[in-house]
Amino acid sequence: MAVPDRRLSETDARLEGLRMPEGGWAAPARQDALARVQAMGLPQRRDEYWKFTRPDTLAQVEPPKAGLFHSDEAPMYDGIDRLRIVFVDGVFDAAQSDDLALEGVSIERLAEVGARDIHWAKDLYGTLEARGQVPVARPFAALNTAFAEDGVLIHVTGRPSRPINLVYMHQSESSDAILHNVIKVDAGAEATILESGPAAARFNKCTEVDIADTGRLHMVRSQGRDHERRAVTHIFARLGAESVFKAFTLTMNGVLTRNECVVELTGDDAVAHVAGACVGDGDFHHDDTVFVTHDAVNCESRQVFKKVLNNGATGVFQGKILVKAGAQKTDGYQISQSLLLDGDSQFLAKPELEIYADDVACSHGSTSGAIDEDALFYLRSRGVPEGPATDLLTLAFLGEALDEIENRDLAEHLLERLNNWLARRR
Amino acid sequence: MLEIKNLHVKLEEEDKQILKGVNLSVEAGKVHAIMGPNGSGKSTLSYVLSGRDGYEVTEGSATLEGTDLLELEPEERAAAGLFLAFQYPVEIPGVGNMTFLRTAVNAQRKARGQDEMSAADFLKEVRARAKDLKIDAEMLKRPVNVGFSGGEKKRNEILQMAMLEPRMCILDETDSGLDVDAMKLVSDGVNALRSEGRGFLVITHYQRLLDHIQPDVVHIMANGQIIKTGGPELALEVEKNGYADILNEVA
Ligand SMILES: Nc1ncnc2c1ncn2[C@@H]1O[C@H](COP(=O)(O)OP(=O)(O)OP(=O)(O)O)[C@@H](O)[C@H]1O
Ligand SMILES: [Mg+2]
Repeated sequence: MAVPDRRLSETDARLEGLRMPEGGWAAPARQDALARVQAMGLPQRRDEYWKFTRPDTLAQVEPPKAGLFHSDEAPMYDGIDRLRIVFVDGVFDAAQSDDLALEGVSIERLAEVGARDIHWAKDLYGTLEARGQVPVARPFAALNTAFAEDGVLIHVTGRPSRPINLVYMHQSESSDAILHNVIKVDAGAEATILESGPAAARFNKCTEVDIADTGRLHMVRSQGRDHERRAVTHIFARLGAESVFKAFTLTMNGVLTRNECVVELTGDDAVAHVAGACVGDGDFHHDDTVFVTHDAVNCESRQVFKKVLNNGATGVFQGKILVKAGAQKTDGYQISQSLLLDGDSQFLAKPELEIYADDVACSHGSTSGAIDEDALFYLRSRGVPEGPATDLLTLAFLGEALDEIENRDLAEHLLERLNNWLARRR
Repeated sequence: MLEIKNLHVKLEEEDKQILKGVNLSVEAGKVHAIMGPNGSGKSTLSYVLSGRDGYEVTEGSATLEGTDLLELEPEERAAAGLFLAFQYPVEIPGVGNMTFLRTAVNAQRKARGQDEMSAADFLKEVRARAKDLKIDAEMLKRPVNVGFSGGEKKRNEILQMAMLEPRMCILDETDSGLDVDAMKLVSDGVNALRSEGRGFLVITHYQRLLDHIQPDVVHIMANGQIIKTGGPELALEVEKNGYADILNEVA
């Protein structure tokens, strides 16, 4: 009978090694979050929400080592005018960062302003994360809120002329980084946040997003190509009336990635698009877990996820649309598709709809398939060799996800990266 | 130019012989037509020549200007100058028609050791060829063949042929699905490409197409073999009397 509670002991061991920043406006939120993660415990392999993805290397005390990836490709978003904020293994690097002053937005670092008594982020820090713990527990996010020492606090008050690029560099093979970002978008304001880089051997990132009525936020991230890196990330977004939130994630490589995105549409006529494209070759496990709650009238949500898997790579999609009673005229769409380039790769999908309103249009679909042989032969018969023809069809497959990126220059930039990735594998 | 000798082909998956000793030789500058009942093996012949999977050559040979076609990958056959206008052109969602064409043109140029065509030259060329075939700019932008009508797909095949300038063109029922005007457009497109150095193998069920594209030689295929070869008058005979007489004559 005496089954030792592994969850408890493992959670304790993990938390013991972490240091909580003391004092300041975030202290109560950190304490609450600590209580939450202690009560929930870190995920275990048999947990329903983790049945497709093993949490152990994300939860264990030390991260497995991750070698550094050297590339001669230009930095991500090269050629796009942007404000860069650089973290190396989770530590802010002032020398490589730009001046944080930009019209229409205030950008501060958690580590720098965390000790103050008052700050606008106090209402949000840990608040949206806590809301997102129901009905499904997300213990890594609570751990993040409790222990993150740094991150950025972005208050968008106008329309900044340049996107803000959070650059997460990785330089140490055994780094374990925790960053917590808060983004608040005022009414009528609009900004684009770019993220790039592998960040660390193991990265736990939590981003809380609060968009006021009529605000707009675009997020585009690319998760670094280091093969052995691991990441568990969360986005918690709350949308006001007529606001727009669009988030796109490109993932190339990475031995383990769990990206959770929790969106709450709380104001009428709001729009949320969450999309992702990933390509994995070999030792690659990529999990998109999305939870969209419609709690207002006439909102639109889209989830579009495409995964290209090769040489035994694994893709996971857990996506849910919850339409609360009263959320009439909801338009919810969800598609997850995988392209399996070999017989050893697998795609595990769990699409879910839960609807308590009667006047809604929700659809979801999930497919898994190989390259279309007829299309491949057609291309080859026109003189395109098998490799490039396969790549062309692969990019076409991913295209539907990249179409979700509103800025076409950015979409083209990512497409080019994907094309290079594919070409290198030929 | 195209030499097919005693070609025997069976399905890879099952024990079914489809071509049972095809002999055919198309000379440069000539147009050969193949007619024959449904299921006689015409499309199979065109697929085997262009290198589609699923067939096994059990005997015989096929060469293009002396090069053994059967040894080559499909793209190498294309680079060697072979082109097949498909009976059922394939839809490719997500790949723009223009991208498809440019990729194909440049891939073949690369295979032949030529420089890529500049974007401007390519655009000019496509526009001119498309105009002749009444293919509008919108159709060029759309994904390959997706949502195209039957006739639009066939015109798109001829556009590809015109851009790729192959030496040996096989047209598999390019006339099916075409209205009278489109038939004229497509035939004009084919006729414009007729030249001394280029051979054509035109598979059709109807004399109608051969009124526009006048063949030098007409073959009748039945049950996996060429059973009769003659001049243009053979097509007229089929049009009038069907295949019964010819089949009886051979049997
Ligand atoms: N992959 C395949 N699997 C099964 N049967 C096949 C396959 N390919 C061809 N066949 C069979 O081979 C025979 C010849 O087919 P093919 O398509 O070459 O005929 P065709 O002369 O082009 O006919 P049509 O005039 O109707 O186009 C038919 O009986 C067809 O069913
Ligand atoms: Mg046929």
